Amino acid sequence: MNTQALWYLSRGTGVVALLLLTGALVLGMLNAGRLTSERWPRFTISAIHRNVSLLSLVFLVIHIVSSIIDPYAGIRWLDAVVPFVSSYRSFWLGLGALSGDLMLAVLITSLLRPRINYRVWRAIHWLSYAVWPIALVHGIGTGITDDHVVWVLISDVVCGLAVLVALWWRLGSTHPDTEARTR
Amino acid sequence: MAQQRLTVDPIACRAHGLCAELLPELVDLDEWGYPIVPSDAVPARLLADGRSAVSACPTLALRLRATE
Amino acid sequence: MTVTREAGAARLLAGWQRTGRAADFAEHLANYGPLPDPAGLIDRVAEAELRGRGGAGFPTAIKLRAVAAGRRGGVVIANGCEAEPASEKDHALLSVAPHLVFDGAQLAARAVGATSVLVCVHSDDPLAASVTLALAQRRGDPVPTRIVEVPARFVASEESALVNFVNTGVAKPTTKPPRPAERGVRGRPTLVDNVETLAAIALLARGHQLASMLVTVGGAVGVAGVHEIPMSSTIGAAFAAAGGETQPLQAVLAGGYGGTWLPMPAAGGFSLEKRNFRGLCLLLALPMRACGIAETATILRYLAEESARQCGPCMFGLPAIAEDFALLAAGRTDQRTLHRLRGRLGVIPGRGACGHPDGAARLAATALHVFERDVHAHAMGRPCGFAAQRPWFAPKQRFRETGWS
Repeated sequence: MNTQALWYLSRGTGVVALLLLTGALVLGMLNAGRLTSERWPRFTISAIHRNVSLLSLVFLVIHIVSSIIDPYAGIRWLDAVVPFVSSYRSFWLGLGALSGDLMLAVLITSLLRPRINYRVWRAIHWLSYAVWPIALVHGIGTGITDDHVVWVLISDVVCGLAVLVALWWRLGSTHPDTEARTR
Repeated sequence: MAQQRLTVDPIACRAHGLCAELLPELVDLDEWGYPIVPSDAVPARLLADGRSAVSACPTLALRLRATE
Repeated sequence: MTVTREAGAARLLAGWQRTGRAADFAEHLANYGPLPDPAGLIDRVAEAELRGRGGAGFPTAIKLRAVAAGRRGGVVIANGCEAEPASEKDHALLSVAPHLVFDGAQLAARAVGATSVLVCVHSDDPLAASVTLALAQRRGDPVPTRIVEVPARFVASEESALVNFVNTGVAKPTTKPPRPAERGVRGRPTLVDNVETLAAIALLARGHQLASMLVTVGGAVGVAGVHEIPMSSTIGAAFAAAGGETQPLQAVLAGGYGGTWLPMPAAGGFSLEKRNFRGLCLLLALPMRACGIAETATILRYLAEESARQCGPCMFGLPAIAEDFALLAAGRTDQRTLHRLRGRLGVIPGRGACGHPDGAARLAATALHVFERDVHAHAMGRPCGFAAQRPWFAPKQRFRETGWS
């Protein structure tokens, strides 16, 4: 595969991974806010949330592997997991590694959920709210010099709006159980 | 194989109701949204659904325990 | 608090019977002798068929054996909180004979292999000071004892709530399993017993026979307060010991706010020992000229406010049935709401982490049964005239200002 194709693959899958990550975050918020309807019962939203996050992991892996295989930027395997040690744009790339590490923690603990302490799982799951913005900023920082950066920025705006709307909804949602317990 | 029954940790339960969605044959919700589970053993044909209900519970309040 | 002196089978309050004041350590030793050898204690307790005197009436020997079967280094908790507002017997016992309680705790600790004793009282209780003083008088106790002051809430002195308070500082019940007897304070086997149960153990260990128990009698009786009566007494005998009924009675509330309504005069013949309405001897006599439904409504509202708000069926169910009873007492309900109430009473019990909602549901269900005719009249919009009068059994203390830790 030539270096330019790898470059585009890396870019493309990165954007798609972020879009899917956004979807996962939005669905997570809808789940936490207990959105439910006849056609979209809780277990459906919960299952789609899970599947979308796993799918975003798939694209993330392709994104990482293609960046490493591509010789252009000299990115090593190590740079994908240890933040800020790369020679290529160490800060912006490092953010990606950081986001990926946190996401891995969230995913692994979620796959092991029945076996680990609930409060530990929940505390780590909250890191999802950090995974997303760090990934977003990583995308801008590493893509800003690109010819087609405008697509990255457009997708970022779409993702940002989606998260903001979902967050606004989530913060406004309540349930009698939560209210009764915090009285 | 040992028989199993459903139990709910009442303090952990937050009335999300996924258990009743996934296992309506065995789980009813009271008027406030909290599950009522039978005390007898889960029939073998519903054990798989029971396990998925247990893993779907957002707060891990629903469990399958061996009946003594 | 009124504690009456009576001739006859008194044992727990024997010291006070003679002198009219609390026994200090020296007097206690003179009355009862030193701490006996705990060998064979559990067998003696089993033979005497001692049941817990804190409310549940659980066979004490079984609990002792369960804790003794666990690993060493456990804890004995003497529950002297007496959160039941109308009950006064534990306060009486701790006031006038605290050393019997301390003895019992020491003996129980040796018998189950516990290495520490905690005596729990409510933190705003004047009793805390006198119990602390009594503890300071003691010499030669093999197991270290300390007083623990617990937030004054109704469910804060439930078995697992006490353990939770010692472990985490929050006096709320926890989910069972595990029970405190298996895993309690610091994960060790923990014996939680009512102070009267421990005092009874102190007497049994010295070879005495258990002939008496403490009851609090209230309501329309001549001498309301704490009485020590023979264990084989009937409800009628308990009322007689308390100066007799001052007016004709329609019912008795037995076992506290989460207890059981029983019809009078039929229940007069019920034996306190055999009729296992849960060990706690608290008998509140409701006269004919009162409204059982209104009394129940008042108590239910209190019980709803005292929920620890941890479990849905209690958090929501108790206010719902309290509301139902309030409407029923006012004559502002109908058959449909009654039907819904009965349904609620069917689904609330057994679905909380502790017995609090079960008690409330039991109170409500037995009220519907015992006051059936009144229920019918109230539901037709014809409440009795007594519903508006001041309740006989409203809780004197208000716990609500206190937090949980």
